Amino acid sequence: MKRNCLLILAFIIITAVPFFISNGADFEGADGQAEDVITAFHPDYKPWADFIWEPASGEIESLLFALQAAIGAAVIAYFVGLARGKNLRQRERQ
Amino acid sequence: MNKKFFLLTVPAAAFYFWYCSSATAHAMHIAEGFLPLKWAIIWWVVFLPFLIGGIYKLRKVIEEHPEAKMVLGISAAFVFVLSALKLPSVTGSTSHPTGMGLGTALFGPIVMSVIGFIVLLFQALLLAHGGLTTLGANGFAMAVAGPFTAYWIIVLTGKIGFSNRAAIFSGALLGNLATYLATSLQLALAFPAATGGIIASFQKFAAVFMTTQIPLAVSEALLTVVVVNLLAKYQLQGKFIKFPVGEGTKI
Repeated sequence: MKRNCLLILAFIIITAVPFFISNGADFEGADGQAEDVITAFHPDYKPWADFIWEPASGEIESLLFALQAAIGAAVIAYFVGLARGKNLRQRERQ
Repeated sequence: MNKKFFLLTVPAAAFYFWYCSSATAHAMHIAEGFLPLKWAIIWWVVFLPFLIGGIYKLRKVIEEHPEAKMVLGISAAFVFVLSALKLPSVTGSTSHPTGMGLGTALFGPIVMSVIGFIVLLFQALLLAHGGLTTLGANGFAMAVAGPFTAYWIIVLTGKIGFSNRAAIFSGALLGNLATYLATSLQLALAFPAATGGIIASFQKFAAVFMTTQIPLAVSEALLTVVVVNLLAKYQLQGKFIKFPVGEGTKI
């Protein structure tokens, strides 16, 4: 598991580095900005469809993204924990 | 991880940091309504066979190996977690990884079209992220182009002597980049530049998208190997998993 600690440390460093390199950047979500690129090419383009439902605010959107990540993490942790328990029991029997 | 792997990756990383210290970029799925109707339909038509093939394959896997459900759940959950993480990039903007590499390594690329579709649908309906009209295009980019690239990279790097972990790392990394290359291509086809046409437009979109994505691709690859390590430690890979690098290989 030492290897995993190193990998996660590397992940944290990669995630943190931008704050030092691009100090002062706005780190905006790209949703709107990707659209800007399109409108730069085609100023008269109008999106012809809209979302059926939109989160009421940025906070609510964060809530839903956090929920998505939490569900995923819970599933992974459950299965890995289950497997660990099974392995331990098997080893005890032997 | 082995020597060959580092010989290839270290210069690439050095070049990248030198190259994009000044670029600005943003990357994510194509938003609702932001593909013209014609292209929205075309990409839905292109994506559907993969989705149907994926459903067929998924049912076969579960039928033959009911015990695979657990690892399948982990693969899907991994996509859920990673596509919810909006990570900062050195370009001063944020984007998110795809998480498709893990499931691709475990079950092959076609199964991932189903998992990718589910995640994209969830995000389009609940998070106003991506969209239903652009789901065909986003599905093709994230759940077809990404996984198939990842798969072939894993096979190729395995053949030239990468360890399984290094091969999966490379596959996850390049699969992530392939997703956003595909997105760039889709946008370029739909929005060719006034001068220079599709090629000029593609260069612009790719330049804009790829620089943001590279550190995220590395992050994704690191996290993929973390989960692969966990699977290996608790012998979760089971009999049903045929790592593309040699069938039944232990990770």
